[in-house]
Amino acid sequence: MAARSEPDSVEQRAEAELVAGLRRRDPAVFERLVRSSGAQLMKIARRYLQSPADAADVVQESFVAVFEGIDRFAGQAQLRTWMHRIVVNKALMRLRSQRRHGEVAIGDLLPRFLPDGHQEIETQPWRAGADVELLARHTQVQVRQAIDTLPEAYRTVLMLRDIEEIDSSEAALLLGISEGALRVRLHRARQALRGLLAPLFVESSEGASGQTSRATTGSTSDPEAASAPGRSTPWR
Amino acid sequence: MALASPSTPRPYITCRQLLDLIYDYLEGTLPADERAEFERHMAVCPSCVHYLDTYRKTLRISRAALRPDAEEQDVLDSELALPEPLVQSILAAIGSR
Repeated sequence: MAARSEPDSVEQRAEAELVAGLRRRDPAVFERLVRSSGAQLMKIARRYLQSPADAADVVQESFVAVFEGIDRFAGQAQLRTWMHRIVVNKALMRLRSQRRHGEVAIGDLLPRFLPDGHQEIETQPWRAGADVELLARHTQVQVRQAIDTLPEAYRTVLMLRDIEEIDSSEAALLLGISEGALRVRLHRARQALRGLLAPLFVESSEGASGQTSRATTGSTSDPEAASAPGRSTPWR
Repeated sequence: MALASPSTPRPYITCRQLLDLIYDYLEGTLPADERAEFERHMAVCPSCVHYLDTYRKTLRISRAALRPDAEEQDVLDSELALPEPLVQSILAAIGSR
């Protein structure tokens, strides 16, 4: 049986050789890394940055950081995971240095409530198969566009936690906020995205939002309204 | 034997309060008493039932639309390799270090 410290797969051996080459500052090894993993890093950068030019800059900065920091790479994570984090970090730094104009205010995307705490707009169910529909490519594009509509601070937290699945403590560190603030921001981001996706998935003829105002359903005059928390019209 | 509870029912938490608890409810970090109140409200409020369901679907849908395997085809389509000028720019940047 191989000793535990020995690389035990072809892939691990290949990675160990790659890292060794990078530590030797071997230009050929580095070029191989740029060519083999550059597209993947570009894809990650593009999730955060709208501009291809900004993403290209971030990829370049990331490779420089890999080159300069390879001696600090502990080898506990996979090289590709480590590079992934570097790109995310560089992309976030780039975002922080930019100011986005014309962003939607998050408050406009969140649920509204009546003074008594009821939802102002009753939530409509989404039609069966909303998940399955993702097989349709145009729907994926629409979902990505909805995510891009989120204000930057919210889109970023959603990307880190729900898409990249980076854990809370690391995501909070990357964003420079507390875990409590991260939690609130992520919840708001999901709520806002839910609202943006609703028109895509609600099966309703009641308008683009597919939602029903309580003011028009007369729930406030419902005799049960005083004791029950809410009353909804049934949805298809 | 326990005494009968008072006839006045205790109020439900509001929809606003419930929506704020969804994150912790799904994480499983809601204290037992708050979880009970959450579920008591859900039992009588279809709108919040739909809200929770569509919140969950939002997570699944966003993951499905953006996770790597969904994007794989994009890379294959257009970005199998970095543009050569960018590769050269990166190599030059490293070479100058």
